[in-house]
Amino acid sequence: MLDVRNIYKTFNPGTINEKTALAGVSLNLEDGDFVTVIGGNGAGKSTLLNAVAGTWFVDEGQILIDGVNVTKLPEHKRAAYLGRVFQDPMTGTAATMEIQENLALAERRGKVRLLRPGITKQERAEYRELLTMLGLGLENRMTAKVGLLSGGQRQALTLLMATLQKPKLLLLDEHTAALDPKTAAKVLEITDLIVNRDHLTTLMITHNMKDAITHGNRLIMMNEGKIILDIRGEEKKKLTVKDLLDQFEQVSGEQFSNDSALLG
Amino acid sequence: MNINTLINALPGACAQGLVWGIMAIGVYITYRILDIADLTVDGTMATGGAVCIMMLMSDHNIWVSMLAATGAGMLAGLATGVLHTFMGIPAILAGILTQLSLYSVNLKIMGKSNQAVNVNNYNLLVSLRYIKGVPLWQNTIFIVIVVTIVLIAILYWFFGTEYGASLRATGCNPGMSRAQGINTNFNKVIGLMLSNGLVAFSSALLAQYQGFADVNMGRGAIVIGLAAVIIGEAIFGKIFRSFALQLLAVSFGAIIYYIVLQVVIWLGIDTDLLKLLSACVVAIFLAVPYWKGRYFNKPVHKAASDTSGA
Repeated sequence: MLDVRNIYKTFNPGTINEKTALAGVSLNLEDGDFVTVIGGNGAGKSTLLNAVAGTWFVDEGQILIDGVNVTKLPEHKRAAYLGRVFQDPMTGTAATMEIQENLALAERRGKVRLLRPGITKQERAEYRELLTMLGLGLENRMTAKVGLLSGGQRQALTLLMATLQKPKLLLLDEHTAALDPKTAAKVLEITDLIVNRDHLTTLMITHNMKDAITHGNRLIMMNEGKIILDIRGEEKKKLTVKDLLDQFEQVSGEQFSNDSALLG
Repeated sequence: MNINTLINALPGACAQGLVWGIMAIGVYITYRILDIADLTVDGTMATGGAVCIMMLMSDHNIWVSMLAATGAGMLAGLATGVLHTFMGIPAILAGILTQLSLYSVNLKIMGKSNQAVNVNNYNLLVSLRYIKGVPLWQNTIFIVIVVTIVLIAILYWFFGTEYGASLRATGCNPGMSRAQGINTNFNKVIGLMLSNGLVAFSSALLAQYQGFADVNMGRGAIVIGLAAVIIGEAIFGKIFRSFALQLLAVSFGAIIYYIVLQVVIWLGIDTDLLKLLSACVVAIFLAVPYWKGRYFNKPVHKAASDTSGA
């Protein structure tokens, strides 16, 4: 479904702030794979996701989604294939627009937007049903501005928006990192629900090693712009946090220096 | 200080406010919906009038002339949009560049700095002569009210469509918009064209109303437009919730601005100081929300902001 071929990305080349964020990353996701991505700060996790999403173009290498070469496709065109949820709850929704308007915007992802009505009666009924599924009471506040929602409610809504048009690939960029533990658990629960229901191919970054182990069927670890671990299937099911830390030290030759990953 | 002088001047102030209200609706589209302060309008506010007057003088129909003026405004918006998106120039600077170049363009359109039409020789839609003592359907105030209502209705419909909603999303959250497959750069250009088209249309009305177009008639237009937007929001913001009513509030804001201006003139204040006063009023109104947020915010416990459990 996703085929990343040896991509490179260097920020601020030729300056004192030069930073090689991706140094030859290759990754192949099968249809229906749910891959969790872990790694310390600056390991290149978010950069990898942004490269796939097309926030900017990569310096070298190719990116294919479902066989289509999207390497030179701008972000808004690539969006036809992708569902995205971001770390910051403010990023994924339009705060001054209504809940139902946000959903209607997402419903039209990948389609030509013309002068037809922005939202139809039939859609309203559909959205009410979908929002009921979240169990957050949003179905009764469909005309409320999204800016009035809490971070968790916004992330749940963004998740719904990302999957309203079934994406070829769902990109979750630490989408629970800004939430309190209880809310984070609820959003993860909804994530699993939607991913399993629609059999979505998913790439999920997380800071939390435990989440990375319990969710998905494959786990990759990144360090200094490279994938240093790739564990899947039965082997992944038996993983513990301690295993991961040991493996990290073994492969990278240094201590895993990230408190939130250890405490999580 | 005769109160009758003021009362006699009020219908004129209303008419001018209504005409500028259309311009302010254009400013609202860029400033509030697209979140861009577009300084192009200072130039466009003269371009529309210049095109309209010159077209009238070469014996074109009034509607054709006003349509041409609107088209010229849209071209100005296109220029700013291309400077901003394709050439990566910050929006404010892009607007200033277009505004400056429009000064030359406007001079070339008119051939000199000022061109006048006599209302007796031309079939004008609005004029300061048509305020009193004419049938209702010729009354300038009535005509501009009808035009404003029609424009608001069209804009209300437009921003409710799929494309209109994507324009609103572009201004609200560009990153999210791109993630939802919206071409934000294209939308910004279209928004700027729409806004400047409205401003030029308003300018065409203003030139007819005062009977001439002048290369300086747009100076400070952005400040008047912003003043109308801000006054409208300050006075009607609490009661006018829907989009159509918010646009109406902008129009009311412009009328109030011109009535206040008339009162200030009536009080005998040196008219040389008017632009300084306008700028001060806008500066203070813009500062109030900032001060409110900075100095008068009740402290909120951070954890308490997410109590709903999700």
